[in-house]
Amino acid sequence: MSKLRIVNHPLIKKGEQKRISFTFNGESLEGLEGEPIAAALLAHGIRILRRHEESGSNRGLYCAIGHCMECRVDVQGKGQVRACLTPIVEGMEVVEGKQLENKITGREAP
Amino acid sequence: MMEKQYTDVLIIGAGPAGLAAATNLFESGFKITILDEFPHPGGRLLGQFHEESDGSWWIGRQVASELVEMTKQPNISLQCGVSVYGLKQISEGWEVLSSVGTIETKYLLLATGAAEIPVPLEGWTLPGVMSIGAAQVLTNVHMVKPGDRGIIVGVNVLGLAISRELAVAGVDLAGIVLSPNNLFSGENANPVEAINLLMSLSHLAPSAWMRLGGSLAQKMKMGKWVSTFFPRQGMNVWDIPLLLKTTISSIQGKKSVESVVLADVNSSGQIIAGSEREEKVDFVALAGGLYPLAELAAVAGCSFLYLPELGGNIPLHNEQMKTPLSNLYVAGNITGVEGAQVAMAQGKLAARSIGNDAGLLKNGREKIAEAMDEVHQVRKTATIQFHPGIIAARKRVYEMYDSLQKESLTS
Repeated sequence: MSKLRIVNHPLIKKGEQKRISFTFNGESLEGLEGEPIAAALLAHGIRILRRHEESGSNRGLYCAIGHCMECRVDVQGKGQVRACLTPIVEGMEVVEGKQLENKITGREAP
Repeated sequence: MMEKQYTDVLIIGAGPAGLAAATNLFESGFKITILDEFPHPGGRLLGQFHEESDGSWWIGRQVASELVEMTKQPNISLQCGVSVYGLKQISEGWEVLSSVGTIETKYLLLATGAAEIPVPLEGWTLPGVMSIGAAQVLTNVHMVKPGDRGIIVGVNVLGLAISRELAVAGVDLAGIVLSPNNLFSGENANPVEAINLLMSLSHLAPSAWMRLGGSLAQKMKMGKWVSTFFPRQGMNVWDIPLLLKTTISSIQGKKSVESVVLADVNSSGQIIAGSEREEKVDFVALAGGLYPLAELAAVAGCSFLYLPELGGNIPLHNEQMKTPLSNLYVAGNITGVEGAQVAMAQGKLAARSIGNDAGLLKNGREKIAEAMDEVHQVRKTATIQFHPGIIAARKRVYEMYDSLQKESLTS
């Protein structure tokens, strides 16, 4: 169990959630069914969800409720989604948001 | 092409206001649809808890599950994970564009809640920097700590309430510091303003003598004095160091957050040269306060008013929760930032207004007056109050609505 998971909260009790596996950038990880991608990754200490499309700088979760759009990742078969709102399911393949090429300046994708 | 859905009442937002509205409307026999973008219903209720003045705990998640239980009716459809991006007025009500297709409704209730005010500063795009609400959702809803050790930036109601929730969950906090003193910060970076705010919240204080001290100091307008004597090393509140003479100047880290640079400030919020020091943290929670999330009301074509006491721009509405646009209603934080209990009372009031306008509510006038009274009562006794000027500001909104309605009738 990851050290960031809260297991004995004094006031909040959550029902049992099934453990499932998913992948992030090809790496196989375990998560709890129904939790959003961003929470499942953070439980493994993974904060970098996206590289800025232009600068390539690292981005992570900011608002956690779908307002800010900072946590965009790619899910196989779904396209770009917000990692804070999209629940993980068994076998889901998730890839970080990538730096893109810039056709105007001629900068190539990394 | 997804098939068009039809409903009698569409509620956007399954938080305290939206759920309360639905549970007070289902007996009308109306077909009710509730939409929410989050995968679970409950809105901010899911992550909130606080201690009441009698020492008991109010736990939002329990309130949410009771409300959700009450929405399990054959005529209520609760759909989560659905985004709404457009509204169009049609002759028979509203057409709503969503990620599950177009929905036509007779009555539309916007209960979209609030969003957080960003706090820009150097290094704030690093992974590990998040809004205070995000720290709350991670900790209390998803039950994953935002990190091993963090710092809270911003002394305000939301920041303090969530800091305490994080502490209860066992999240290690280096302290609560003032907002950065930059172009965007306004009064938030000033220690005297922060102390004035804390004193106005003294009913929330963790000990009786602090509550007494706070209310005395508030009566004597002592903000400036208190800030002079407040210890530079801070004071522990719920075991969290409250650092009212410390600000943040930047967030540092290569791949993600590794530390923050803190500095002492004088009583006007200016950094004292040479006082900068590094504090190791792996997450930063920025508490900038809340503003009503009202884009959909703007898309609908509703007029707006700017009232800082209510959190910013709000759609014009009357005390019965009606907007000037026909069959469009609002409830909850979209009408002004307040606590969940007020939002629930407003949801009930909006439900009665809709029921009455549809001609389905017996003794409609009395029932609406009763629900309006309930909103007043809940507001007066709310444990968490966001702004001292709420009641007067709300009165101004209703007066503005009435005068505009009169104008449009005479022109």
